[in-house]
Amino acid sequence: MQSKFPSRLLPYLLLSPSIVIVIVFLIIPSLQSLYLSFFRVSPFGDRLIYVAIDNFTNLLTPDYLNSFIVTVVFTGAVVVVGLVVCLALALAANQKVAGIGLYRTGLIWPYALSPAVAGTIWALVFDPSTGAFSYFISLASGAMPNWRTNGPFAVVVITLAATWKMVGYNVIFFLAGLQTIPRELIEAAEIDGAGPLKRFWNITFPLLSPMTLFLLIMNTLYGFFQVFGLIDVMTEGGPARATEVLVYKLYYDGFISLKTGYASAQSIVLFAFVAGLTLLQFRFAKRWVFYQ
Amino acid sequence: MAEVRLSNITKRFGSNAVVKQVDLTVKDKEFLVLVGPSGCGKTTTLRMVAGLEEVTEGEIYIGERKVNDVPPKDRDIAMVFQNYALYPHMNVYKNMAFGLQLRNFPKSEIDRRVKEGAKILGIQELLSRKPRELSGGQRQRVAMGRAIVRKPHVFLFDEPLSNLDAKLRVQMRGELARLHERLETTIIYVTHDQVEAMTLADRIVVMDDGFVMQVGTPLNVYENPKNEFVAGFIGSPSMNFLETNVVEDNKRLYVDGGSFRLAIPEKLSKRYRPRLDDKVIFGIRPEHINDRSFVTDVPGREKLEAIVDVVEPVGSEVILIVTVGDHHLTAKVDPHTKASVHKPIDLSVDMNNLHLFDKETGEVIE
Repeated sequence: MQSKFPSRLLPYLLLSPSIVIVIVFLIIPSLQSLYLSFFRVSPFGDRLIYVAIDNFTNLLTPDYLNSFIVTVVFTGAVVVVGLVVCLALALAANQKVAGIGLYRTGLIWPYALSPAVAGTIWALVFDPSTGAFSYFISLASGAMPNWRTNGPFAVVVITLAATWKMVGYNVIFFLAGLQTIPRELIEAAEIDGAGPLKRFWNITFPLLSPMTLFLLIMNTLYGFFQVFGLIDVMTEGGPARATEVLVYKLYYDGFISLKTGYASAQSIVLFAFVAGLTLLQFRFAKRWVFYQ
Repeated sequence: MAEVRLSNITKRFGSNAVVKQVDLTVKDKEFLVLVGPSGCGKTTTLRMVAGLEEVTEGEIYIGERKVNDVPPKDRDIAMVFQNYALYPHMNVYKNMAFGLQLRNFPKSEIDRRVKEGAKILGIQELLSRKPRELSGGQRQRVAMGRAIVRKPHVFLFDEPLSNLDAKLRVQMRGELARLHERLETTIIYVTHDQVEAMTLADRIVVMDDGFVMQVGTPLNVYENPKNEFVAGFIGSPSMNFLETNVVEDNKRLYVDGGSFRLAIPEKLSKRYRPRLDDKVIFGIRPEHINDRSFVTDVPGREKLEAIVDVVEPVGSEVILIVTVGDHHLTAKVDPHTKASVHKPIDLSVDMNNLHLFDKETGEVIE
């Protein structure tokens, strides 16, 4: 049903708060970034020197390439490990067992923590000298890997922390997806002769594919952008840039080194890359996602 | 091609028994229909045969084999679900082939069977479509196709026609009957619709509250219901039940409802004489009450004066709801009746078809 507004202006007036917010906080800063990416900006922001595309060509450094590789490896690991583990957890949480409400709550609560708190917890648990995890590792292996000095291990720890933080989010969506699959379909497959594994691959997984695509994209975005808090609290990009993902490098160059123009160029590149990646996922998805 | 035997089956969910001590043998190639009101345990019984529910007590045999602990896929059964349960992401061909692929049939055999099944059901042109592109009747056919390509020993149907509109239901009912004739396979069929049960079944099992009430051929169950429940459930409109006394007058037996008195035919008086002066439930089907102007008086037909409350013409007949004293009755009378609302009418009751039930137990008096 179409409702009539008493005045033609009213609908625009009602929309205006959202529009203002989008313009002020999204569109203007984006355009400003684009604009600044063609300038060198003095630390106090009072002088702009036009440098054409120098900021972009300056990205072709080993440091930036390192950041890029770290980001891709890290995001890939977060997405793959996160989705696989969370799907398994959701399948488990979809069973009828006593106290299932408790398990489900337990799975979901990490999502309620702020990145800073989550980062602090993981930093404590993995602390090389006092952390519980490190203690058990050294008991079991005799060696004490130190993620504050060992780059690859730092990436592993950050990946674990980032994945853990997303467990609640992923499990909720997977669980919701699983619960929309009619029980009769599973039973029909059971009678048709499919064991648990075949039922999963032939029925459950294809019917879950829209949810999987959604989570694939959300986790990719998370891996690229939202891990900033965790990294800032736990490693600050170290040791020796091992965990310096693109978004952290951007922050570092822009707000610590005060190279505003250079950071703006990085944000443009990052935006273009993620947008392209998401489009690619959508396109690829047509082949394997089934919408009911 | 197998007999199915349920031996003293009980199913409890927690402490709540939904199927109680069911003993039942489904003969080889028989079309057996489980019928009853919702919640009577018929679907649970079927699901136990399928292996989708565990049996709490008792044993189930398919052929010679006890299957209590055999998983559904190894029971050699196929099931058609109420809402079809077609795999939405597979086309019709794959839906039908899925069960065969899982059993590692060679490709050529799968292809042959799917095409043969599609031909039987008239869905050859639909093989490449997805379920969402099919109408209700077509989905129903695909669901049956998925079952028949497997060539199982037993088919299980769980209210397969209840999601179809009335016309399609009648059509599919006919097709099901022909399909059974052609396949010669044991079928267990669950429905709440007694017309479906009557038209399809070799034998009917009437269930209520988890118990089997009566087993028999459709006609036998209709003519000789064992108790008030079966009598009321089978037949449409439902049988009339009136509280009466058995009385004797001048050596003839009568059922006396206070406001009416109907003679019991001579040949039945021996059966009912022991109940003389007892309170009994007098049961008479609407189709055995007609407008008196359309019947000739024959032995056993008794006159009953009534006031018409409702007249429902349905074409082939007229359904009357009438009042006799403080009793209400339904009658199925000749379509040309002159009956009109609030007017008196003379009815003719065919007492050869009366049923008397014990007032306490509801069991038929034999």
